[in-house]
Amino acid sequence: MKFTIKSGLASALVLLASTAFAASVVAPGDVAIEDGAVSKSLTGAPGDAAEGRKTFADRKLGNCLACHAVTDQSEQLFHGEVGPPLDGVGDRWSEAELRAILVNSKAIFSEDTIMPGFYTLDVGVDVREDLVGKTILTAEQVEDVVAYLITLKE
Amino acid sequence: MPVARGGSAGNLSGGKTLKTLFSVSMAAIMSGGMWASVVLAGPSDDKLVIDEQIEMTTRTAAPEGHPLDEVISGWHYRTPETRALETDTFQNPGMLAVEEGAQIWETVEGTEGKSCATCHGDASESMAGVGANYPKWDEDSGKPINIELQINKCRVENMGAEPYKFDKDGQKPLTAFIKHQSLGQPVALDLSQGDMQTWWDKGKDLYYRRTGQLNLSCATCHEDYNGYRIRADHLSQGNANGFPTYRLKQGALVSIHNRFRGCIRDTRAEYPAAFSDDLMALEVYVTWRGSGLSVETPAVRQ
Ligand code: HEC
Ligand code: HEC
Ligand code: HEC
Repeated sequence: MKFTIKSGLASALVLLASTAFAASVVAPGDVAIEDGAVSKSLTGAPGDAAEGRKTFADRKLGNCLACHAVTDQSEQLFHGEVGPPLDGVGDRWSEAELRAILVNSKAIFSEDTIMPGFYTLDVGVDVREDLVGKTILTAEQVEDVVAYLITLKE
Repeated sequence: MPVARGGSAGNLSGGKTLKTLFSVSMAAIMSGGMWASVVLAGPSDDKLVIDEQIEMTTRTAAPEGHPLDEVISGWHYRTPETRALETDTFQNPGMLAVEEGAQIWETVEGTEGKSCATCHGDASESMAGVGANYPKWDEDSGKPINIELQINKCRVENMGAEPYKFDKDGQKPLTAFIKHQSLGQPVALDLSQGDMQTWWDKGKDLYYRRTGQLNLSCATCHEDYNGYRIRADHLSQGNANGFPTYRLKQGALVSIHNRFRGCIRDTRAEYPAAFSDDLMALEVYVTWRGSGLSVETPAVRQ
């Protein structure tokens, strides 16, 4: 009995905490891309560049290396050549522009770009069942990658 | 530099939209000529001759209505080592399965006490050139039929045997054996048969339809970006002329519908069942895109 109350309380607390967190995260449908930029952090907090570096390379997450080469990650085998190399990308684009590119590249480049939108529900048909309604990256992961891209200066 | 890259993409793929080219070159200009450091590896210029005897057509002018100027076999996009394996029948690891198919051809199965050879005799004669024209129109089912389904049809209707399940038992080896009888013959579909044209249209729609969480169509990878490396993979035009192909990665023959399903799955989409109408339509259209290429079965791929 005691146990139930305790765990009930704990889960209520968790629920509270996660709602509080969710409230500050901008949902994929609510991100406003204006003039090719998303000015505010999707989480309301700055990202973690070191985490972003990992997310960038992770084949299950960003998998950015599939299409982009970047000298900073030369320890990783096989950099793709489908997109431009990202060396110096932090000089070429502002933080707000990089965030917009990551959120939905199609709104920035063109409808036909091969680059996936990482925080959008504007996706292809027949999405794998367990991924329906989910974005490729979370808001936090997008912020981490943005923070990392900003560090790529020449 | 950006212009050179745009140009080479145009040569290789021909079909990239102006808009994308523009954004690529914009990005390239903005990256201050970074392309200079990228060595682009387009398709090789080698010639494929098998057993110093059969000269294969691996590049040819595209048929009318094709978005690209030139049709190029996937062979050209592979490493020199992988390419070499296909030039010699004894080295080609896929030939083992072809030999297995030859044995199945002679094997009696089913209630009628017949083998394929009972009715079709020597496959090198009866099946010569047959595989190059598949998929064909099948009046009985009112649909296109591929070699796999034709084998099943003969097993059921002519031998009193069970149809093979997708990719199981003799299906891949026997399909490879039959297609191999057309080695070097140009892929040529007859779209005037039955409703073939309707299925081609449907296949084309599917080819350009973006699927999955990654939001990619077949054309995004195989039309816009063939000749480029996507991580370790060198993107080809995704032609069907070598199927079933021997994939070194899997160490086995891979059927065309398995390949389609893998490519669709990689866009993080649900994929259609083998031999479903969707995949049959895709097979008709994709095979047509490789018109004029020599049948390479069993092609060797990475
Ligand atoms: C499937 C290929 C693909 C993947 C995966 C991909 N991109 Fe891209 N990216 C492109 C292409 C292609 C372009 C150039 C724009 C165009 O042609 O559409 C581009 C452009 C960019 C640009 C602008 C580059 C510049 O120099 O101006 C940035 C920044 C970028 N991508 C970041 C990323 C990040 C970060 C990831 C991973 C989270 C990623 N991309 C994943 C294909 C890809
Ligand atoms: C009882 C006789 C019989 C047996 C046994 C038989 N078939 Fe057939 N097969 C036919 C007939 C009849 C046709 C249709 C003939 C025609 O092409 O008009 C046909 C057609 C085919 C075709 C299509 C040929 C073309 O020109 O498009 C293939 C391929 C084929 N058979 C393969 C096989 C295989 C493989 C086996 C063994 C698993 C087999 N058949 C067993 C009678 C047989
Ligand atoms: C994310 C990119 C991508 C997409 C999208 C994609 N493929 Fe592929 N496909 C590949 C890669 C990588 C390979 C292996 C290397 C090569 O031959 O391009 C491949 C190989 C193939 C091959 C084998 C080519 C050969 O010579 O053996 C065929 C056929 C093919 N794809 C068809 C398709 C079809 C049909 C679709 C759409 C349903 C599709 N692909 C979508 C990446 C893709």
